[in-house]
Amino acid sequence: MTPDAAISVTDLHVWRGEAHILHGVSLTVPRHQVTALMGRNGVGKTTLLLAIMGLLPATGSIRMADTELVGMPTHRVAQRGIGYVPEDREVFGGLTVAENLRLAERPGSDPRYDHVFELFPDLQGRLGQVAGTLSGGQQQMLSLARALLEPRAVLLIDEPTKGLAPIVVEHVVAALQRATEDTTVLLVEQNLWVAEQLATDVIVLDHGTVTYTGGMRSLVDDPALAGRHLGVEVR
Amino acid sequence: MSSFVLYTITGLGLAGLYFLLASGLSLIFGLMSVLNLAQGAFFAVGGFAAWMVMDLLGDVPLDLRFVLAVIVAGGAGAAVGTVVERGFVSRIYGSHVRQILLTLGLGTAGVALLGGWFGWDPRILQQPAWFVQTTQIAGANIPNSRLLILAVAVVLFLALMVFLTRTRHGLIIRAGVENPSMVRALGIDVGRSFTIVFALGGALAGIGGALGAVYFNGISPGLGTDQLIYAFIVVVIGGLGSVPGTAVAAVIVALTQVYANNYLQAGLGSISVVVLLAVVLLIRPQGLMGRVRP
Amino acid sequence: MSRRSAVFVGIVGLLAVVPFLPFGIPILFSGSLDSAGTLQVLAVGLVFAALAMSYDILFGSTGLLSFGHALPFALGSYGTNLLMIHAGLPYPIAIVVAVASSVLIAVVVGALALRTVGVAFAMVTLAVAEAFSLLVLTDPLRILGGEEGLPLATAQVPALFRGVVNLPNVYWLALALAVATFLIGRRVVSSRAGRVFAAIRENEPRVEMMGLRPFPFKLASFVTASTLAALAGSVYLLVVRGSNVGITTPDFTLAIVVMVVLGGAGRLWGAALGGLVYGILTLRLAAVATSETIDALPHWLSGPLSEPLFILGVLFILFVLFAPGGLSSLRPRITRRPRRGPMDGDPMSPGTTA
Repeated sequence: MTPDAAISVTDLHVWRGEAHILHGVSLTVPRHQVTALMGRNGVGKTTLLLAIMGLLPATGSIRMADTELVGMPTHRVAQRGIGYVPEDREVFGGLTVAENLRLAERPGSDPRYDHVFELFPDLQGRLGQVAGTLSGGQQQMLSLARALLEPRAVLLIDEPTKGLAPIVVEHVVAALQRATEDTTVLLVEQNLWVAEQLATDVIVLDHGTVTYTGGMRSLVDDPALAGRHLGVEVR
Repeated sequence: MSSFVLYTITGLGLAGLYFLLASGLSLIFGLMSVLNLAQGAFFAVGGFAAWMVMDLLGDVPLDLRFVLAVIVAGGAGAAVGTVVERGFVSRIYGSHVRQILLTLGLGTAGVALLGGWFGWDPRILQQPAWFVQTTQIAGANIPNSRLLILAVAVVLFLALMVFLTRTRHGLIIRAGVENPSMVRALGIDVGRSFTIVFALGGALAGIGGALGAVYFNGISPGLGTDQLIYAFIVVVIGGLGSVPGTAVAAVIVALTQVYANNYLQAGLGSISVVVLLAVVLLIRPQGLMGRVRP
Repeated sequence: MSRRSAVFVGIVGLLAVVPFLPFGIPILFSGSLDSAGTLQVLAVGLVFAALAMSYDILFGSTGLLSFGHALPFALGSYGTNLLMIHAGLPYPIAIVVAVASSVLIAVVVGALALRTVGVAFAMVTLAVAEAFSLLVLTDPLRILGGEEGLPLATAQVPALFRGVVNLPNVYWLALALAVATFLIGRRVVSSRAGRVFAAIRENEPRVEMMGLRPFPFKLASFVTASTLAALAGSVYLLVVRGSNVGITTPDFTLAIVVMVVLGGAGRLWGAALGGLVYGILTLRLAAVATSETIDALPHWLSGPLSEPLFILGVLFILFVLFAPGGLSSLRPRITRRPRRGPMDGDPMSPGTTA
C-alpha cells in the first residue's frame, strides 16, 4: 500500500447475482484529491462503489488505512468515515429535507450545518419540504449535503450530474469544487467536462478491469488516448 | 339509525384490533420484507398473559387488574417478538423466503404450544362489570368494552405516530422502510431497528390479544391466527410499511365486514373483504398509501 | 435401466406389496402393515405426497410462493363429490369433470393473481382460497355441508372401492396417484418449459431480457400444479370418505408449504417424501402423544408434546434453520453439486436493486 493512498483495492472480484462484474480490479485512491473513475456504461464503476460500501459481496481486498473493508457490514464501513452519494441520489422521498439531514448526523458529533447550507443555500429554505417533491437538482444537493454534513475521510460520489439540466450541472460542479477541496474523493463520472473540472487523476475501467491510470490532464490533452479509453471524441 | 350506530362502533372496535395486529406486521414487512406469520401467535400470547393476570391476581381490584393485564400482555408480546427476531429471524438474513418460512414454523409451533398448555377451548377473561354495561350514543346502546377497545387503539395509534415521527429510532424505521441500504450507508445499524420493530409489533399484537379476549368473549390459541388473514388484508390494502395507511385500511376492512354481515347476510362479511382486497390489488397494487409496490 | 429408475421401481414395488405384509413397524404404525388403520394412514400420506409434488412444481421449480394451494385440492374433493351427489355421475366421470372445471378456475385465478408478484401474489392466492373456504363454511346454498363437511356419495363409487374390505384398492389408487404425479411432474420439470420455469425462479428479469414473456410460463406452471392438486383432491375424497372444510383453510395451505420444505423444495421426490412423512406424522403423532411415557411427564412438557403441530412446527423450524434443503438434502452428498433452490431466491422483493 502506497503511503499516500486513502483506499487501496487489490484483486477485487464482484458478482451481481450470477454476473461476474469486476474481474480482479486493483487500484489506489490517492489522499486529499479528487480521482475520477471513468469508462463506458456497465463496466462496473457503480459496482465498485457498492462493493467498497459493503452493499455487494466481494472477494479480494479493499483496505483503508490498516482496516480491511471486505466483509465488513455497510454501517461499519460508513462509520469509518466513508461518505456515499449514490447514483440516482436515493434521498428518502417520504421524509423532509431536515429529516434526511438528521439521519446523516452521527450521534454525539457536531454536524456541520453551516458548511452544508453555505454550499447549498437552496436547502436551508426547504427544510420542512418532503424530499420526494424536490427537483432533481435539489435532490442531488440534498444527497451531497447528507454526505458532507459530517467530516469524512473519503467521499464516494456516483454520477452527481446525471440527468440534470446544464445550468444545474454547473451549479453542482461549482459546489463540488468548493466542497471537495483537500478531500479524498472517488468520483464516478460519464461527463468528461465535469470530470475535468473536478478531478486531478483518472482511473478508467473496461470489462471489469483497470485499463488506464494517470493524470486527468494527460488524458484530456491526448484525444487519441481519451478516444481509445473512453470511446468518446474529445471536443 | 340506532342499529347503524351500533354496527359502526362495533366495526370501529374491530378495526382497532385489526390495527393492533396489522401495524406491526406492516412495519416488519416494510423494513425487512418479512411477512411475519408468527404475528397471530404474538396476539395469542398477549391474550393468555392477560388471562393469567386476571386469573392469578385475585386480590387486586378488577379495574386495576385489567390495566395490569393489558400492560403485561404488551410486555409479553414484546418479549416474544424480541426473542423471535434475535434468536431466529436474524440468524438467516439475506433470504426472505427462509425468514417467512421460519415465522410460519414459529407461529405453528407457538400456537400448538399454547394449545398444549391451555387447551383449545376459549378461556373467558374476567372483566370489570362496567365493560358489559352500555352507553347510549345517538339512540344506540353501545357496550362499553367496544368503546374501550376503540379508545385504546386510537391512543396507541397516536403514540406510534409520535414514536415514528418524533424520535430518532422512528426516523430510522421510516427511512429504512423506504431504503434500508441507504440507511446503512449513512452509518446506521438497521439491524437494531429490526429488533425494535419486532418488539413493537409484538407489544401491539399482545395488547391486541388482551383486548381481543374481551371483544371475542374469550381467548383461544388460534384466535390470533384466525384474525391474521384480515390483518394481512389490512396491511396490503393500506400499503406495506405505512402506519396511517394501515389505520385507514383497518377501518375500511372492519366496517365492510360488519356492514356486510348485518345488512347483506351473515357470513358475507369475510367474503366481501376478500373481494375488496382483490379489487384494490388489481387497481392499485401498492395499496392506498404504500410508497413501494409489494 | 439406470440406477435411478431401478431405485424408483424398487420403492414403488415395495409400496405396492404393503397390503400383503402381515407384520408391523413398531412406533411408526399401530397395527401390522396390512391392517386397515395402517393402510388408511399410508393412503393419506401418499395423497399428501402427490399434493406436495404438485406444489413443488409451482414453488420449488418456478419459485412462485402461493398461499392458496389448498384451493385446487379442495375443488377436486368438493367438485367430484358434488357431481356425484347432485348430478349422479359415477366416480370416474365426476373426477374428469371436476378436474376439468378446476383447470378453468385455475386459468382464471392464475391470470388474475399473476398480475401481481412477490408477497402480493401470495396474498391474492391466499385471499381467493380463503374466499372459497368461507363459502364452504357459510354455505349460502346449503349444498357444501358447512362445518360438518360433505360425506362421500358412496352410491356413486364403484364397488371395487367400497367398504373396509376394499381398502387395499383405495390404497393402490392413492399409490397410483402418487406415481402418476411423480412421472408427470418429472416430465414437466425436465421439459423445455420446465427449464424456463427454473430460469424464472433464478432470475426473472433475465428471462425477459432473453426475449421470453414469463407470464405464459408462470400461468402454465400455476395451471399444471393446480390440475395435479385437483386430481389429488378427488382421490383424497375417497380415502377419507368425504370433503371436509379443513382442506379449504389457509392452515392447510401452510401445511402444504411445510410438507414441501420439510422434504426439500425443488426436488420432486423430496416433496413426495415430505408429504408422506407429514401425512404419517400428523396422524401418528397424535396417537404416540397420548402414550403413557408422555403422560408421565409434567404437564408443561406433556401438553405441548401431545400436540402434533408443536412437534412438526419445531421440526420445521430446525429444518429451515439448519437444513433448508429439507430431508432430501440430508443423504450423504457424493456426486451432487450444491444447487440453488427456491430458498436462495428472493421472490418477495423482485424489484430490489442493490
